Amino acid sequence: MPDIRLQNLRKDYGAVNVIENLNLDMADGEFTVLVGPSGCGKSTTLRMIAGLESVTGGQIMIGDRDVSRLEPKERDLAMVFQDYALYPHMNVAKNMSFALRLARMNKADIETRVKEVAATLDLTAYLDRKPAELSGGQRQRVAMGRALVRDAGTFLFDEPLSNLDAKLRGQMRAELALMSQRIKKNMIYVTHDQVEAMTLGDKIVVMKFGEIMQAGTPEELYRNPSNKFVAGFIGSPTMNFLTAELVEEGGTLSAKGDGFAIPLPDARKSSLQVHKDRQIHLGIRPSSFAEGPGGLKMPVILSEYIGAQSVLISELGGERVAIEVNTVVPIRAGEAREFTVQGDEVHLFDPKTEAAL
Amino acid sequence: MSIASTNRMTPYLFLAPAGLVLAFALFYPICYMIYASFLDWNPSQRIGEAEFVGLRNYFKLFGDDAFRESMGVTLKFAAVVVTIEMFLGVGLALLLDRNIRGMSVLRTLFILPMMIAPIVVGLMWRYMYHPTVGIFNKTLKSWGFDGIPWLSDGSWAFASVVIADVWQWTPFIFILSLAALQSLPASAIEASKIDGASDWQQIIYIKLPLMLPVLIVTLLLRLIDSFKVLEVILVMTNGGPGLSTEILSLRINRTASEFRELGEAAAMSNLLLIVLLILTFTMFIYNKAQDARAARLRAVEEEA
Ligand SMILES: Nc1ncnc2c1ncn2[C@@H]1O[C@H](COP(=O)(O)OP(=O)(O)OP(=O)(O)O)[C@@H](O)[C@H]1O
Ligand SMILES: [Mg+2]
Repeated sequence: MPDIRLQNLRKDYGAVNVIENLNLDMADGEFTVLVGPSGCGKSTTLRMIAGLESVTGGQIMIGDRDVSRLEPKERDLAMVFQDYALYPHMNVAKNMSFALRLARMNKADIETRVKEVAATLDLTAYLDRKPAELSGGQRQRVAMGRALVRDAGTFLFDEPLSNLDAKLRGQMRAELALMSQRIKKNMIYVTHDQVEAMTLGDKIVVMKFGEIMQAGTPEELYRNPSNKFVAGFIGSPTMNFLTAELVEEGGTLSAKGDGFAIPLPDARKSSLQVHKDRQIHLGIRPSSFAEGPGGLKMPVILSEYIGAQSVLISELGGERVAIEVNTVVPIRAGEAREFTVQGDEVHLFDPKTEAAL
Repeated sequence: MSIASTNRMTPYLFLAPAGLVLAFALFYPICYMIYASFLDWNPSQRIGEAEFVGLRNYFKLFGDDAFRESMGVTLKFAAVVVTIEMFLGVGLALLLDRNIRGMSVLRTLFILPMMIAPIVVGLMWRYMYHPTVGIFNKTLKSWGFDGIPWLSDGSWAFASVVIADVWQWTPFIFILSLAALQSLPASAIEASKIDGASDWQQIIYIKLPLMLPVLIVTLLLRLIDSFKVLEVILVMTNGGPGLSTEILSLRINRTASEFRELGEAAAMSNLLLIVLLILTFTMFIYNKAQDARAARLRAVEEEA
């Protein structure tokens, strides 16, 4: 399967510019996840790749073919729509087999293929139903099945699991992950759910207002977010942000705020030198706090016990912060506890540009 | 009366006035006409003076070649016009269902013929079909062809009235189909594009099936209407030449006013009514069948 490249992609709806200048490379067989807040242009991007939305400017290359002006059917792709888009007059089996029937695949093969996919999606009992006679989650699975029966080069998914209950979603996520390992096709997947993004994606693309904030592997994005937006978007519970000042005391650079000072590793000293004595934003993941003596004394305002973990809501430098700790017994609210933060686990951002320092 | 039964009666109480009006407005004329069809009734008589002749009017009709021919013309006319109009109307709708500038003006222009009074349409076409000064023959002659006997030859006359009716009523099917087309789920059509359907396949497999309920109702409405055309043909050919364009409503009109046989005219009207009832009933059955299907599937679901 060929790789997909978006070059200087632009989309206007009349006078409204939705996507300005999008550049993205997707390697052959890569599972790419587009995430971002509602209205940031994920569906629009996907629909341009599909050929359902015209391209205002730039190119979409699949392999070395410029497909930006081609009809959807000439692009060799399958798609799961955000609003299912099932054929209301066809039953589930007919919905799923439509593309295969158009491609004049032989009847017996179609039936085996549809049965196979229906079984993995738990739809076998509903093959004779029409879409109107299914629940939202069942419809969504049919939409998924309609794409999965096909042997297309590229699969596009627009929030395909958004309407499923937690258990089914987990099950389907695993099913998708297995499938993507097995068939190695180009997959482009849009989601709101960052757990889906982290678990499924070979590459995650974080978007905001029609622009790519950062693209990289889940690990890269989690460990080295290139700006405050990505840092806040990736990871759950979300990263805590505090205001601090960079000060040098006794040869060590540290981030000093209201009631705390976190020494930073010497390795970062030279690159941070220019920002010395300036205000910065400090990002600390809830899991970067470690309980231990000699740390910051922090009050536990609220304790959310999840089982093996607890999320504590506390206060630091006048801001609410979330702390994730391993627990066996629940921690009661009202106590004060001591937490340390390692200097190499904090993220620093420029308060103006929000870029990582 | 107990409170429970009063409560049950309440809705009917509210419905009663409307029901009465309906019964009077609908059933009185029909009963009157059915009763009249059993009479040997001359327009100069009051209905009470007419002689009761039982089913004689009906027997007479079945033995009447002119009536049978007229019935044949009506069926042929309805079948031909509605078929042509459906193809043209739906075809045009499929063709013009796109967002090009000026399309809305074009769409409005298309429905103009429907707004013209039938008498005027008849007159207009009669002038256009005129053997010497009509636009068609003048044009043909200026190109060096012979004129066509539009309204004076039996088969041409039938074709001419068909053309006029198609001109007037295709827009009706066009606007209903267009409305149906524009209310189709856009995403289903997009999905079919992704699934590899060509424009033609989109029409055959997605658009037409989804438009079908509207198309069937449109078809029946048009069919019922085409059985009742009168003015246009009256003005254009008055049923001639011979009986070639004498559709049933025209014959009913003539039987009543020219032959002065009100009873026979009523019998004919009743037969026409029966044909229309059969058509309407078909529509009803179709709706019922749809409902029944939905209900059956619901039942299956509840069992499961
Ligand atoms: N047909 C249209 N005309 C004008 N603006 C549009 C149109 N379609 C989408 N937009 C705008 O484009 C932007 C991007 O929309 P898009 O559907 O791509 O968002 P999204 O990222 O998929 O959001 P969500 O997560 O809610 O699905 C939105 O601000 C939306 O208002
Ligand atoms: Mg969307």
